Amino acid sequence: MSDLTTLTIASIREGLAKREFSALELTDAYLAAIEAANPSLNAYIVVTAEKARTMAAASDARIGRGDARALEGVPLGIKDLFCTRGVQSQAGSHILDGFKPTYESTVTQNLWDDGAVMLGKLNMDEFAMGSSNETSTYGPVVNPWRKRGSNADLVPGGSSGGSAAAVAAMLCAGATATDTGGSIRQPAAFTGTVGIKPTYGRCSRWGIVAFASSLDQAGPIARSVRDAAILLTSMASVDPKDTTSADLPVPDYEASVGEGVKGLRIGVPREYRMDGMPEEIEALWRQGAEWYRDAGAEIVDISLPHTKYALPAYYIVGPAEASSNLARYDGVRYGLRVDGDDVIDMYEKTRAAGFGREVKRRVMIGTYVLSAGYYDAYYVKAQRVRTLIKRDFEQAFDAGIDAILAPATPSAAFGIASMSMASPVEMYLNDVFCVTANMAGLPGIAVPAGLDSSGLPLGLQLIGRPFDEAALFRAGQVIEDAAGHFSPQRWW
Amino acid sequence: MSVDRDTVKRVAHLARIKVSEEEVEAFRGELNAILGFVEQLNEVDIDGVEPMTSVIPMPMKKREDGVTDGDKADDVVANAPLTEDHYFLVPKVIE
Repeated sequence: MSDLTTLTIASIREGLAKREFSALELTDAYLAAIEAANPSLNAYIVVTAEKARTMAAASDARIGRGDARALEGVPLGIKDLFCTRGVQSQAGSHILDGFKPTYESTVTQNLWDDGAVMLGKLNMDEFAMGSSNETSTYGPVVNPWRKRGSNADLVPGGSSGGSAAAVAAMLCAGATATDTGGSIRQPAAFTGTVGIKPTYGRCSRWGIVAFASSLDQAGPIARSVRDAAILLTSMASVDPKDTTSADLPVPDYEASVGEGVKGLRIGVPREYRMDGMPEEIEALWRQGAEWYRDAGAEIVDISLPHTKYALPAYYIVGPAEASSNLARYDGVRYGLRVDGDDVIDMYEKTRAAGFGREVKRRVMIGTYVLSAGYYDAYYVKAQRVRTLIKRDFEQAFDAGIDAILAPATPSAAFGIASMSMASPVEMYLNDVFCVTANMAGLPGIAVPAGLDSSGLPLGLQLIGRPFDEAALFRAGQVIEDAAGHFSPQRWW
Repeated sequence: MSVDRDTVKRVAHLARIKVSEEEVEAFRGELNAILGFVEQLNEVDIDGVEPMTSVIPMPMKKREDGVTDGDKADDVVANAPLTEDHYFLVPKVIE
């Protein structure tokens, strides 16, 4: 029954309804696949097998009664950033050692309320800070993709590297992820999966460990555009527990998937053409525009002049908000405590032992840019630049652009440890095409569009108007139809 | 602007992170690399531009100032490293 793990969520729904297999058989197939693959890939940090079987059996009972919900019996992996009741939730950090929340995040609760089955928690960069999933306290996740003819391990991207690797390696039917500066779209592009970061406010942030509160958004990683649409429809909600949750009804995104792009105006921003970008990525980008033209969309050259300032502004705003949010990890209320001579010494030793290098770096940058005398020069300036970045997009949309087409990443997946001697800034450049959408609060989707000459997946990205995720699903499906699906050769 | 060793130590203390002498030098290099990178924001003309406060314009939600939750002392201290009678225990702070 191992081929059950290759089914999309849409076909799971069909197969369960026709009683071709049971939810329990499906869950068992995934649990077996995880057991076989995880020692090589390190995508899961906890497998909740018993809980999964209990949930699957309950789904079978509901299906038997003819009472199936939207995600009945669909086995999902959950990024470790989401708080899950009674199941360890550590944000990939040593400082949250043993933390088992007594509550459930709104997004995961929405999924369980729709009948989904929880397989376990997925590895990630510590506190979602990273672009390679190498900063996790649980060690790096290995990308299921390898270069043709090579057995060198590659990174899956980050921070949602466990989510992307698990989805690509058929270790869950879909996964939750989060995106503060590209953490859904960049790993999706590195693993040949579909990832969407919805508009800021579309998914509740309640119960998700906070990194940078004005940028964080949850979204799904899935194996097809349709699956991503099905998952987002369940994950999104209006939540009184999150004051930034948007008061807008959640549409049925799946209904948009097949609508095509006839008559849409798709913008191609000239500022995303970066020096040193591989020709293969440029060619894929041109190919994407060609596919849209063929599908009846109008391609329009546009300008987003402040694009190059998004990444530096992000590296002020993100760390500043992180330094505030991470102040709560003090060894008093949860997680790790290292004893000290007095309370301050206890805080300092706990945080020194509990945070990894990248987290310390960002907390310190954030503390510096918020400190007396520097606040205006850094933080306020970055927030002004952010206004300009958002204005660029607004002007494009006001001029009738429906979605913006860009590459998802400036390269394909790179080798594990290959960036270890690089400056932090070189690693940050991975997110150069993704971070603009976070700074402007806009939805962005990454869709696999082809393979590079070494056989690694490359993705294209679409950025949409606020709360117009539907246009991204329409446009994403056109790329999927033209490019096809991409799966790694199994070596694990 | 670049940071020196004393600034790194001051910031680490403000952030309540203990750093060793060897770490100070490494952090100094890394923080300066990041601060050097963000310096390009000085090229941007921000005259008269309002700083962003809310990325999606929406009125702040308000609710009645009433008790909607509580009576969860067990839950609140469930994950604490050291507690007694629903209190968090910390090293002595007042002599």
